[in-house]
Amino acid sequence: MGMTIGEKILARASGKALVKPGEIITAKVDLCMSNDGTTHLNIDIFENQLKAEKVFDPRKVVFIVDHNVPSESAKTAEVHKKMRIFAQKHNIPFYEGTGVCHQIMIEDFIVPGQLIIAADSHTCSYGGLGAFGTGVGCTDFTSVMNTGEIWLMVPETLKFEIEGSFKSGVYARDLILKIIGDIGANGANYKIMEFGGSAMKNFTIDDRVVLCNMAVEAGAKSGLVEPDEIAIEYVTSRGRQDMHIFKSDDDAVYEKTYQYNLDELEPMVARPHCVDDVVGVTQLGEVKIDQGFIGSCNNGRIEELRAAAQILKGKKINPYVKLLISPASKTVYLQALAEGLIDIFVECGGMVLNPNCSVCWGSCQGVIGEGETLISTGTRNFKGRAGHPNSSVYLASAATVAASALTGKITDPRGRI
Amino acid sequence: MIRVMTGKVWKFGNDVDTDQIIPSQYLLLPNVEEMKQYTFETLDKDFASTVCSGDIIVGGENFGSGSSREQAPLVLKALGVSAVVAKSFARIFFRNAINIGLPVVICKEVYDTVKQKDTLEIDVQKGTIKNLTVDKNFTSTKLPAHVMNILEAGGLIGFLNQK
Repeated sequence: MGMTIGEKILARASGKALVKPGEIITAKVDLCMSNDGTTHLNIDIFENQLKAEKVFDPRKVVFIVDHNVPSESAKTAEVHKKMRIFAQKHNIPFYEGTGVCHQIMIEDFIVPGQLIIAADSHTCSYGGLGAFGTGVGCTDFTSVMNTGEIWLMVPETLKFEIEGSFKSGVYARDLILKIIGDIGANGANYKIMEFGGSAMKNFTIDDRVVLCNMAVEAGAKSGLVEPDEIAIEYVTSRGRQDMHIFKSDDDAVYEKTYQYNLDELEPMVARPHCVDDVVGVTQLGEVKIDQGFIGSCNNGRIEELRAAAQILKGKKINPYVKLLISPASKTVYLQALAEGLIDIFVECGGMVLNPNCSVCWGSCQGVIGEGETLISTGTRNFKGRAGHPNSSVYLASAATVAASALTGKITDPRGRI
Repeated sequence: MIRVMTGKVWKFGNDVDTDQIIPSQYLLLPNVEEMKQYTFETLDKDFASTVCSGDIIVGGENFGSGSSREQAPLVLKALGVSAVVAKSFARIFFRNAINIGLPVVICKEVYDTVKQKDTLEIDVQKGTIKNLTVDKNFTSTKLPAHVMNILEAGGLIGFLNQK
């Protein structure tokens, strides 16, 4: 019986020739990462409960301050200080304010075939490079940071066969919203979502990360795309050579296979307060907005910023709407500066923020008030996610957010490009 | 050995996400004791002040969806919640709850008939749930042996420290 990419990565990590869904394995972890959303608790567990002295391998542990940065309170500053001191003491790579953790990991650390455990649900993003990332909580993370190992149950795999090509104004973001709308917020619970099909060769790394990043919004343990020459070029051009290229066998077993044709896809919108309440923008009806946000680990990369800038160039946003843009990393920010995109965002009336989780996390920046409506390229639209418990979040592509910021209501970006 | 738990029910719906259990803006407070007063703030603002030690959360499908924040099961445990019963759990919440020693029980049937403030008796070992208020019995999914061992040790840290 053949194996899927995910099964092959888990087999390698557990030193086995073959693994099957349902099997519990002990796997060796290639990398682990934690951010300021939970690291202060992890350090408490590490030092006071585990009474551990050393991390398993300082080269394989990464701390990234990206959630509340720069700190908005003295208490948050204490959390960051605690991380900084621990990172220095244990000589582990430490990033502060240089980008959303997953984007930094993709730019600086990930290679195909790795198993990565991180204390953040969107760790599944790394499947865009053919690596198996999965999110855990503090206790699991801290145990991994100490031992380099974790127990995992081998998940079933769902296959998504993507054919056709995107029409103008339609993006990978719309595809993943469509898929989550179809299968539901627990449609892939405990499973791997593997994205393939003839269209995948035309998906950039940014596109692939968009798909894999939101796998967790359907409950998935991980999202994966078969690594090809595009993925290999991405990592080798950044100086990383050692990798394991796994491809699914022809006789690999999938729990279910879904077919999607990009030719039929339109811009999609997830309505409040669940990521699976998804409709085409043309079926939405009139929705007035108070704020737009472009950024996050899902949709703050250079291609999304270009798509937004294309729509905003030479225009002014609605005077009663705020538009906030946070490039996903310093690298993305510098690229956007070089391409003149930041000029376009500022001139149209937008506010460009430092690279961080920003509005998507709803804690330190661009928080919305009672009764307000946000349209966002973030990962979630849960009740209260962006601020007041009685506020609303719609999710859409960067192009749809940009078009909506111009008109003050949720707007189809097609025809504005 | 995990005792049989008896407690009063707090019933919630489907897709109770971790932002509703404990919103993002409280996660960077220094410790769980400071966070717990905000538990379920968006769903039931009186929950944190009125929940009693031993009470049981009952949820529908996909309980604990969303972020990986371990603060979600931690605040429930800190408020004295003795177990969470749901039709299904989101993966990371389920794992986190086990890792901190909070019993999580999967049962498809109990949800539809249980009412707020009913009293449930849960036996994790046997995989049984009794609704004592209406005298009905249900079975729950048994946990894999490895997972049960972690729960028995009071969580992953206790389990690792035993080794």
